Amino acid sequence: MKLKLTQSRRDFMKTSSGIALAGAAPMFFMKNAWAEKDFVNNPGDGKSVTLGFNVPQTGAYADEGADELRAYKLAVKHLNGEGDGGMMNTFKPSSLKGNGVLGKKVEYVTGDTQTKSDAARSSAKRMVEKDGALMITGGSSSGVAVAVQAYCQEAGVLFMAGLTHSNDTTGKDKRRYGFRHFFNTEMSGAALGPVLEKEMGKDRVAYHLTADYNWGWSQEGSIKKYSEELGWKTQAAVRTPLGAGDFSQYITPVLNSGADVLVLNHYGKDMVNSLTQAVQFGLRDKQANGKDFQIVVPLFSRLMAQGAGENIKGIYGTTNWNWSLEDEGSAAFVKSFGAEYGFPPSQAAHTCYVQTLLYANACEMAGTFYPPEVIKALEGFEFDGMGNGATEYRAEDHQCFKDVLVVQGNDNPSSQFDLLKVVQEVPRAQVEYPADMLGGELGPYEKS
Amino acid sequence: MKKFFANQWLVMLVFSAVILTMPIWLSPIGAGYPDLLQKFMIFGIFAIGFNILFGLTGYLSFGHAAFLGVGSYAAVWSFKLLTMNVLPAIIFAIIVAGLFSVVIGYISLRRSGIYFSILTLAFAQMSYNLAYSVLTPVTNGETGLQLERADPRIIDSLFVEPTEGLPLTNFFSLSLSGYEGFYFCAAFLIIGFFISLRIFRSPFGLKLRAIKSNQTRMQYTGFSTKPYLLSAFVISGMYAGLAGGLMAATDPLAGAERMQWTASGEVVLMTILGGVGTLIGPLLGVGIIKYFENIFSAINENVLMAAYSGLPEGLQHFLVTVSSPFVGEGWHLTLGLMFMLVVIFLPGGIMEGFDRIKRLLMKPFSRNKDAVESAEEGH
Repeated sequence: MKLKLTQSRRDFMKTSSGIALAGAAPMFFMKNAWAEKDFVNNPGDGKSVTLGFNVPQTGAYADEGADELRAYKLAVKHLNGEGDGGMMNTFKPSSLKGNGVLGKKVEYVTGDTQTKSDAARSSAKRMVEKDGALMITGGSSSGVAVAVQAYCQEAGVLFMAGLTHSNDTTGKDKRRYGFRHFFNTEMSGAALGPVLEKEMGKDRVAYHLTADYNWGWSQEGSIKKYSEELGWKTQAAVRTPLGAGDFSQYITPVLNSGADVLVLNHYGKDMVNSLTQAVQFGLRDKQANGKDFQIVVPLFSRLMAQGAGENIKGIYGTTNWNWSLEDEGSAAFVKSFGAEYGFPPSQAAHTCYVQTLLYANACEMAGTFYPPEVIKALEGFEFDGMGNGATEYRAEDHQCFKDVLVVQGNDNPSSQFDLLKVVQEVPRAQVEYPADMLGGELGPYEKS
Repeated sequence: MKKFFANQWLVMLVFSAVILTMPIWLSPIGAGYPDLLQKFMIFGIFAIGFNILFGLTGYLSFGHAAFLGVGSYAAVWSFKLLTMNVLPAIIFAIIVAGLFSVVIGYISLRRSGIYFSILTLAFAQMSYNLAYSVLTPVTNGETGLQLERADPRIIDSLFVEPTEGLPLTNFFSLSLSGYEGFYFCAAFLIIGFFISLRIFRSPFGLKLRAIKSNQTRMQYTGFSTKPYLLSAFVISGMYAGLAGGLMAATDPLAGAERMQWTASGEVVLMTILGGVGTLIGPLLGVGIIKYFENIFSAINENVLMAAYSGLPEGLQHFLVTVSSPFVGEGWHLTLGLMFMLVVIFLPGGIMEGFDRIKRLLMKPFSRNKDAVESAEEGH
C-alpha cells in the first residue's frame, strides 16, 4: 500500500478529536489512594509499618551510606525486640517497648540517593507512593537533605535527616516535617574556634578549599565567621567541584599564597583525596609566615580518617559522635553494632540509628502515627543516654542541641579504628544560638 | 499489518489507550505508581524528540540534556516570578530551550559525525559547569533552584491569598502531584508522539532521512541541508525543553545534574536500546532504563530472600548470593549486560527483536512477500 506522506485538514481534525477523547479517559482511571484515609500511608489495622531508608549507595558518599544502612537495619532489629537492644536500654525517657512501634512490626525499604537531589527525591517518592513508607530517613549530603525534606513536607511524610551538616537544613530551608539530630556548621565553628585559638594562636592566615555545594558554603561561612572573630585573616576561599578526585591544581597555589592554615571544607572521599594530596605536597612540613603550616578539617569522621590513613595525624576537626566515647549509651551501641558487623559504627551510623529510635519513640508518645501529633511529640523533646549526653530537639527549628566533640587525628592509634582522639567535649551552652538567627520558616503541621 | 500502521488515526488510538491505561497494566510489575509513571512520560517525550534528530538525520547529539536542564530552570523561574500555573511555565520552558538550541545547533551543525557529537557534548558540559559555578545566582548551584514562600509570583499574588506552606503547582486548580500529574504528562506525550509521527511521514521527514543516507548526494541535487538539520535540531531541543518543563511542573525543583553528560548519555542509551529511528523504540528504551533505575535498584537482600522463600534454605542462600550483585546498587551492571546483548545481537534495538519475532510468526501463514516485510517504522 502506498504511504500517505501528507495530511489533509480533515485528517487533522479527526485526529485531534481523537486526542481530545483520549484526554477525557483519565477520569475513569483516576485513583485517589488516600481519599478515605486521614493521612498518607496510614497503616490502619495492618500488622506492620514501613520506614524508608534513603541512603547514598553510589557516589562520593557511598561509604557513609553503607554504614547508615547497617545502623538502620540494627535499629529495626532492636525496635522489633531482636538482638541485645543497643541504645534502647540506655535511652531515657523512653516509651519504646521492643515490640515494634505501637505494636506493629517495623519493616523497611531501601533506595539509592546517588547524592543527587533528583534521584533522592525520586527514590523518596517511590517509597511513599509505592512502598507505603510512613517516614523517610537517611542521606549523607545537605543538598539531598534539603531537597528530600521539601518533598516530605509536600507529601505529608516525616523526614528524619541522616548525616547533614549544613546550617540550611534546620535554618533557611527548615520544614515542619523535617528533623535533624546531627549538628551543623555553626556549631562546628563555635566549638572549633577556641581550640584553634589555643593551638594556633590569633595571628593566622587561612586558605579555604570548599566543596562547591550547600554544605561546603555553609561550612566555609561558619569557619570564616569564627576564625575572623579570633583575628585570623582569610586569604582566599576556592570552590572545588563535588567528587573532583584530583585536587592537585587547587593545592599547588596554596603554598605561595601567603596563607599558613589550610581549611579543607570537604567531606567523604573528597576530604580523603584533598587531605592526602595536601600532605603529599608537603604542606605540613612547610613554614609560612614564620609558623608551622597547619591543616584543619572542620567536619571529621572515622570513615574518612580510615581512608586518609597516616595523613590525619594531629589534624583538628569536629565530629557529632565518636565510638571511643565511654558513656553508657555509646558503649551499648558500639557493642551491639560491633557484635553484628565486626567493627565500630561511624558518626553517620550513630545519627541514623538515633533518628530511627527517636521517631519510633515519638510515635509511642503520641499514641498514633498521625504526623502532626508525632511532630508535636518530637518538638522540644529532651532525652539522654543516646551517646551525646543531655539532648534537646528544639521546637523552633527542629535542630538537636547537645555537646560537640572537638577531635584530633590520633598520633599513636591502638587499632585500625582508634583514629580520632577527643580533645574536648564542648558543652551545649557554648554552641547554642538563637533559633531565628538562621532564618527560614517551618510551615504548617497539616499537609498542605 | 501494514495497512494498520499506515492509518495514523488507529495508531494514535491504540497508542493513547496503551499509555493511559499504564497505571493498570504496570502495577503487577511494581511500576504503576505516580512518580515512575510521570518519569516514563517525561523521558518518553525527551527520547521521542531526541529520536527526531538522531533517528532521522543520524546526527548524534551528546548534549541534549542541556536543553532539558534549561527547560527546567525556565519553568522553575516562571513558578517563582509569575505563577504556579504550569501552562506559562511549560511554554516558557519550550521557548527558552528552543532559543538555546538555535544557538548551539547553529554552531555545532557546522560539523558532522563525531565532531558534531563532541561539539554538543562540550556545550552541554559547559552549561553544566556554568550552572554549577558562575551562574549560581540563576541556578542556585548544586542545591538546585527551589521555590520559596517569599518568591514574588506576580500573577498569583493578584488573584490568590498566599498559603501557609509552599504553594503547589497546578493546571487551573487541577493539582499536578500523583496520578493527575501522570495524565497531564501523558497528554503531552501523546501530542508529542503525534507530531513525531507526522514528521516521520512528512516530506520534511523524508528529507531528513535523505541527509542520513547521503548528505553529499542531497546537496548535489540542489538542496541546502543546513536549514533542515537546524530545524530538526531545534525541534528536538524543544521536545527536551518540554520534558524539562514537565519535570519541573511535577516536581518544582531544577538541579544542574540534569545537564551532566551522563544525563545526555542516558537518552542516547534509551534510544539505541529501544531502536534508533523507530517511532516506538525510544519509548521502550525509556521504560526499561527507568524501570531498572527505580525498581531494580531498590531490591535488597530482604526482597531477594522473600522472592526465593519457597526454596530449600541452602539453595535460597546460594541464589541470593549469586543474584545480589545484579540488583540494588548493582543495577548498572545488569543494565550494562543487557545493553551489550542488545547491541551485539539486535543492532536495531528491541524493535528489531520484535520484527524478527513477527517475521518468524508470519512465515508459516503466508508466502505473500508484503506481509513478511517489516512494518515501515522498523528500519
